[in-house]
Amino acid sequence: MSGSTLIRGGRIVDPAEGVDRIADLYVADGRIIGLDTPPDGFQPQETIDAAGKLVIPGLVDLAAHLREPGAKHKADIVHELHAAAAGGITTVCASPATQPVIDSTAVLELVQGQAEKAGASRLAPLGALTAGLEGEHLSQMAALTRAGCVAVSDGGRPVGNRLVLRRALEYAATYGITVMLTPQDPDLTSGSAMHEGWVATRLGIAGIPVAAETTALAVALALVEETGARVHFNRLSSARGAAMVARARREGLPVSADVAMHQLFLTEMDVSGFASLCNVMPPLRGESDRSALRRAVADGTIEAVCSDHQPHDTDAKAAPFVAAEPGISGLDTLLALALRLHDENLLPLPDAIARVTSGPAGALGLAAGTLRPGAPADLCVVDPSAPWWLTTETMNSRGHNTPMLGWELTGRVARTLMDGVTVHRTA
Amino acid sequence: MNGRDIQLDEHGRLRHFLTTEGLPRDLLERILDTAGSFTGVIEKSIKTVPLLRGRTVINLFFEASTRTRTTFELAAKRLSSDVLNIDVATSATSKGESLLDMLRNLEAMQCDMFVVRHAESGAAHFIAEHVGDDVAVINAGDGRHAHPTQAMLDMYTIRRHKGAFEPLRVAIVGDILHSRVARSQIHALNGLGAGEVRVVGPRTLLPRDVERLGVHVYHDITEGLRDVDVVITLRLQRERMRGALLPSEQEYYQLYGITEERLALAKPDAIVMHPGPINRGVEIESAVADGERSVILNQVTNGIAVRMAIMSMCLEGRGTPAEEDA
Repeated sequence: MSGSTLIRGGRIVDPAEGVDRIADLYVADGRIIGLDTPPDGFQPQETIDAAGKLVIPGLVDLAAHLREPGAKHKADIVHELHAAAAGGITTVCASPATQPVIDSTAVLELVQGQAEKAGASRLAPLGALTAGLEGEHLSQMAALTRAGCVAVSDGGRPVGNRLVLRRALEYAATYGITVMLTPQDPDLTSGSAMHEGWVATRLGIAGIPVAAETTALAVALALVEETGARVHFNRLSSARGAAMVARARREGLPVSADVAMHQLFLTEMDVSGFASLCNVMPPLRGESDRSALRRAVADGTIEAVCSDHQPHDTDAKAAPFVAAEPGISGLDTLLALALRLHDENLLPLPDAIARVTSGPAGALGLAAGTLRPGAPADLCVVDPSAPWWLTTETMNSRGHNTPMLGWELTGRVARTLMDGVTVHRTA
Repeated sequence: MNGRDIQLDEHGRLRHFLTTEGLPRDLLERILDTAGSFTGVIEKSIKTVPLLRGRTVINLFFEASTRTRTTFELAAKRLSSDVLNIDVATSATSKGESLLDMLRNLEAMQCDMFVVRHAESGAAHFIAEHVGDDVAVINAGDGRHAHPTQAMLDMYTIRRHKGAFEPLRVAIVGDILHSRVARSQIHALNGLGAGEVRVVGPRTLLPRDVERLGVHVYHDITEGLRDVDVVITLRLQRERMRGALLPSEQEYYQLYGITEERLALAKPDAIVMHPGPINRGVEIESAVADGERSVILNQVTNGIAVRMAIMSMCLEGRGTPAEEDA
């Protein structure tokens, strides 16, 4: 028995198994091997004292840009996977929107090689849905998934041609490949950078209507009915969008959805004063959208919350609002903000944990997000009451572009294990 | 942020002039009063006052505009300041220099004020956030966001013709969606206590939730012009037809063109304004534009006095260069 670890006396919260109690957890050979009572002959090489701490599955993040290859001046795989580990995220679904795009096994192997070198959190690459993410030709999605892609994605560049989208879904359905789509109609989003509402009207910025999301959802849902493809909608932004997904699920369509964590905390109001750090796509919407998205997360209509991590260098945001590049750096805050959703009484703690662990794992069918015996020992030990401030010094991502700088957060990772090996330890 | 935080210093004086939104009424009125005192100067044979002697004003125009730049240049010269015009379209930013790098270089020339025109909304705010404490920024038009000096000269024109703002009904007709002038006029009119501000146009040219800016929305021109004291008609850009916002200039003129016949619905002493340049036969009939109720040419003259007022007020709290030398 190698790499055996006893995690003693922590509050084990494993929503997938309905576990929430103080217990001991046993790890060996990279897997969870028991809860409560030690397996026969268990001799821990290391004992982690988790008294007063949470022990939860490692987080699963469905949307992160790691910027490599192509934009290493913003971030790189090694750095960001260490930042993920420090944030309690053990599985990082990396966007295919790199340069070149992850639409061939050659680029995929390069990315996988860098992740291997990092020796930190697990990279779960997403393959491109279309060649070059250009929305014209299908990518070699069967080869990509065989070589390790966990799903294929439009990489945030929605396919405008409905025939191509239909064929892509049909082809993916043939091989049981999950397709991740960003529901944004390209015609209704062009030239815009924020929600079409009264703040955009005041600031004189072209707005993106909610209909950009709902028309794209309507098209995609009709094509799911037609093709039976398994589709995960990435980064919903509106109340009406969430309601459409809820209805489709009631009708039994094989769809799921996530929302970016920042959408649950920020609104169009945060853009007032031309805050370039709040330039994100899809845009921050109105207060009623934010509260509807929160309700959908609470009731499980939206089963996953992602970081939508988009690290940037300072130049990318040092420009007037419309000229700034979109995106928020989110790896550092995913866990603390999930805990805050619980602290704000939106949902019970196990449900808050589920939205960043078993929820996203289930959406893509990943063997992660649980502490069930036999599962990979991806987990984190969290001090749930440790206060800290988000500053450029406390951030581990290379991207410091977040409007939450200066926020006081609660809940900090003490230790992260992946495959039973410590990949992060807070000094 | 409502614009007040960055525009005013701790004593409530102007630091920058970026938007009319959120400015206190007494300050808006003081701008108009100060402009009134400069109108006398312009009409004299010696047209300068020494208020900005020794100061350097840089006109930083990222978007071509002969008219606005000329009035700023004249205003600065009549305040006795040195003026430098930088046409950025042919300058360094087109060679890949970032906006911030360019600002740093210009600041190193010890200038006191940037007058900025830029195609992107928020550009003047961005520049104001990044310049040193001793540099004032005046927004000469940013994207669709604001054109506050134009709005103040319109307010000046209205006050000269109409006196108090409280009893006034003002209709702004046309392409509100793309108009930085309209946004600044709406905030200025509400800030000065105008009785009612209306916007009139088809839904494709009105921004979402525009009524939350404090206006009443009309789609029918005959309803919108009824009993108003001031009609402001906006320029219709030809590219609006390409963006599928309007079918044709002809249909627009039929529905929203300001004609003598329609003007009869307004109060008998109503005035007609236009920020220029005019498209005759598109948004306004020639007979109206050249008619006795048109105050369009007065607007241009008043522009110099209003800009002198704003420029001098932005620098008045900062100590003259002579004092700094002493």
